[in-house]
Amino acid sequence: MQAGLPPKPRAAVVRDALGVGTAVGLSGFAFGVTSAGAGMSVAQTCVLSLFVFTGASQFALVGALGTGGNPFAAAAGALLLGVRNAFYGLRLSQLLGLPRAVRPFAAQWVIDETSAVALAQPDRRLARLGFTITGVSLYAGWNITTLLGALGASALGDPAAWGLDVAGPAVFLALLVPMLRARTAGPGAGGTGASGTGASGTGAAETGVSAAGAEAARNGAAGSRPGGVSGREPVTRTGDAGAVTSGEAGFPRQEAAVAALAVVLALACVPFVPAGVPVLVAVLAAPAVLAVARLSAARSTREGRR
Amino acid sequence: MIWAAIVITAAGCYAVKLLGLSVPAAVLERPLVRRLAALVPIAALAALIALQTFADGPTLVVDARAAGLAAAAVALLLRAPFLVIVAVAVVVTAAVRALTG
Repeated sequence: MQAGLPPKPRAAVVRDALGVGTAVGLSGFAFGVTSAGAGMSVAQTCVLSLFVFTGASQFALVGALGTGGNPFAAAAGALLLGVRNAFYGLRLSQLLGLPRAVRPFAAQWVIDETSAVALAQPDRRLARLGFTITGVSLYAGWNITTLLGALGASALGDPAAWGLDVAGPAVFLALLVPMLRARTAGPGAGGTGASGTGASGTGAAETGVSAAGAEAARNGAAGSRPGGVSGREPVTRTGDAGAVTSGEAGFPRQEAAVAALAVVLALACVPFVPAGVPVLVAVLAAPAVLAVARLSAARSTREGRR
Repeated sequence: MIWAAIVITAAGCYAVKLLGLSVPAAVLERPLVRRLAALVPIAALAALIALQTFADGPTLVVDARAAGLAAAAVALLLRAPFLVIVAVAVVVTAAVRALTG
């Protein structure tokens, strides 16, 4: 909720946090099923949810391992998806003001959903409350439903016959689209301090890679809706590439270009490199698009001077 | 080897989270770094969608998975909840396989 609104009661924060935590916790079931379908044991599946605890990375890892990908390439792909959590952590450390001794324990909960809820709160006290309750309910829900999904999947037999091999791509699509619609360059793009938290909370929910980020925003739990943003204010971007503008369909152009180039690169190298490697090649789309944007920005500046 | 990948991913993902909470803001707040961090997951997700839908070993195919993903895209456009999107994809894929297989 935006700063400046009447103070938000603790009960509302608790309700929002529990709602987000529970809704997303349930999608652990989808992960459990997918992981078991990809050939992971129940123990491996549960260890992933307990210790990796960031959905997109987990889906990516089991997807790559399930298709016989090189384990190290698979892990590298999963880690690339986890990098964004560092940026959530950066925002959260300013907002929550955690003592040094608490950080190692709080770190595991630094993910899309907890960041979306915490950054949407007007002050530190409520942010800590939202972060903690979302973290607890999500961690419990995600791990319990992972176990149920893994056990359920082995009872189903051949996962492909049930179409379960498409659960992974469907999850990724649900995660990707809100990122393409994202209003800001990333979490942390907003201002700092209490006045900025409302806006950046929205950003976190939308760039949120997880379904939960989208779901939280959709429920209004984090104080915003993904679709509502475009009507409210123009696309604002930070970042020194500068020349980023909103695409015709409301999709920021750079994001769309990166996604399209990544698809082409990945599919183009499928016949030539071992499984798991195409993702790593495709990730080069990000620096490539940024480099092109910078070059063209530099050129237009030069022409503008002439 | 699968356990090795799991341990590397778990340790790496935890380290990245802790790094964010621990480093001085100036290190990660550089605009280029932040921009890359926003774009890298987009590239990875887009590539994973394409690969897990169209790749079959070293060849590319269009099969029931593509139908399932298209159904998921429609559900997404209709703003269906997350679990419904996944369920639609799974059900449509299974149905197309049952009909064509």
